Amino acid sequence: MNTVKEANDVLLDCQNVWKIFGARSSAAVKAVSDRGLSKKQVLQDFDCVVGVSDASLQVRRGEIFCIMGLSGSGKSTLVRLLNRLIEPSLGKIVVKGREIATLNAAELRDMRARNIGMVFQSVALLPYRTVLENAAFGLEVRGVPKDERNETARAALAKVGLSDWISRYPSELSGGMQQRVGLARALAADPEIILMDEPFSALDPLIRRQLQDEFRQLTKSLGKSAVFITHDLEEAIRIGDRIAIMKDGMIVQVGTAEEIVTKPADDYVAEFVAGISRIHLVKAHSVMRPVADFKTSQPHCDVGALLKASPEADIGELIDITMRSDRDAVAVVENGSIVGVVTTRGLLRGVAGMPAGAPSAA
Amino acid sequence: MNPEILRFSPGAYLAPAVDWLNANFHPFFAALTKLIETVLGGIEAALLYPPAYAVMIAAVLLAGFLINFHAAAVTAIALAFCFLAGLWTASMQTLALVTVAVMISVLVAFPLGILASRYERFEAAVRPVLDIMQTVPPWVYLIPAVMLFSLGRVPAIIATIVYGIPPMLRLTTLAFNQVPKDLLELGQATGASPRSILLKIEIPSATPTLLVGLNQCILLSLAMVVLAGLVGAGGLGAEVTRGLTRMEMGLGLRAGLAIVAIAILLDRLSKGALQGRRIGRSAKAA
Repeated sequence: MNTVKEANDVLLDCQNVWKIFGARSSAAVKAVSDRGLSKKQVLQDFDCVVGVSDASLQVRRGEIFCIMGLSGSGKSTLVRLLNRLIEPSLGKIVVKGREIATLNAAELRDMRARNIGMVFQSVALLPYRTVLENAAFGLEVRGVPKDERNETARAALAKVGLSDWISRYPSELSGGMQQRVGLARALAADPEIILMDEPFSALDPLIRRQLQDEFRQLTKSLGKSAVFITHDLEEAIRIGDRIAIMKDGMIVQVGTAEEIVTKPADDYVAEFVAGISRIHLVKAHSVMRPVADFKTSQPHCDVGALLKASPEADIGELIDITMRSDRDAVAVVENGSIVGVVTTRGLLRGVAGMPAGAPSAA
Repeated sequence: MNPEILRFSPGAYLAPAVDWLNANFHPFFAALTKLIETVLGGIEAALLYPPAYAVMIAAVLLAGFLINFHAAAVTAIALAFCFLAGLWTASMQTLALVTVAVMISVLVAFPLGILASRYERFEAAVRPVLDIMQTVPPWVYLIPAVMLFSLGRVPAIIATIVYGIPPMLRLTTLAFNQVPKDLLELGQATGASPRSILLKIEIPSATPTLLVGLNQCILLSLAMVVLAGLVGAGGLGAEVTRGLTRMEMGLGLRAGLAIVAIAILLDRLSKGALQGRRIGRSAKAA
């Protein structure tokens, strides 16, 4: 029952997708599907580059899904496979229950116009059109009458805070504002899914953080799903509900920010997350000790008198609570009963990123 | 071995071909002649029927309202010069001739230029043809043009078109190749039809380079129209030819300067007319 509901909620389903570039790509694709060749072998035997290799991911309704990878990891190729700007070599991509490879040109255009919006790193605003005309572009090509599309575009521009700029030209706007126009253009078409191809990478750090927060808030309040491409893990963590890490065309790990930071799948991911601050990522449930364990080490401490926190409280909140109390421990309470205790030692372990379940040095 | 048999004479093959065309397709060429003559005659009549000052005032006002003050001033000076040099009729004939030739050149070159930017093979095939069209001395293809269309303005226009197509075609191809890839991707990602992408993204993005192409087309056509005076096309070309054959320095110089005036006029007006709206808009926004 639960699985059926979940399956219905998957808006975008990408199953074992490959993209192979090169003159002999069709032979390479055949070799991959018949013999399961690796990326290296494909390059050696066929002189073809594997852009995306066996990628599978599901984006659920209302979810922001980040794909993080360095340049050349295939993330930009992957996002273009999702709206068939690039044809996949192998595999299946299903958007809202329809396999996009089977759509004809008109159906594909319709799906792009109605269901999948896209925002580009280069912004791609038309320089000879005003901000309003740019924002209304998607509706214009869909044939929406002028008054109606301008109305919608104005509303979308208001959402991104550009109401005062509608009659300006893109060249008169700052980089951050231009990217807001790009976002407004995608929102004006009211798609269920927005593909964001490194939209904030070219912006300076302050504007970037501001836009990240705004984007997340806006997407959540409008109930949109988004696939957000980035090369910046911190950005992925700020924005994403779930994160996929890509390396050499393969998805190495998919999980929430906390899962990726606390349980990296391999050394590559571990290296990435090493520099990430855990203060807002690691939650009480992963650093707490069982109550019985705590009682044996500190028998004269009254657990009931400790300040309380929820299992979802992050380390930052736990530190705040600890500082307010005169004890060195916080009780974790779920459904009215104490399920564990977070000690200062536990907090330090969480900040340092040591495995939570492992026995402490004591 | 006799080297004579290796001697190559394309004329030996082309001349019969032209003769054959003339013999078998004469009605077609006659109809084409009639069509071009009609359009040309119409434009000429429109320019020459009203008194010169009326045409000048109308042109200046139009340039002023549709483009800007600068264009109006250029129009006034250029037309006044043609009138005062006593070459009003010849100038208007030349203007009509060039206008028709450029219109046809653009109509042919623009779609072919887009095709060449889309299909590399087509471009590779077209390139040597364009090279030939541009470098063969124009007198050479005046000959078959006269054979097919007989003397007068029509062979002159045909030769002018042949000369005007290459710059427009090359720059159209360049303009379309230069359209930023991310804008094309935007068009596809928003679900725009190929037609919308062409009209709303490609042509507007390509406009600056297209204007350069149009400018080149106009100036080269004008140069050619003058040569066409040799085949009886009339206009300023005929005046230049007369000046040359009679060794009249004054007439030749006046006609030459009138050609310059017409060239500047056409260049500024075409640029202004195609760009004017945008300059006006961005100036308002700034």
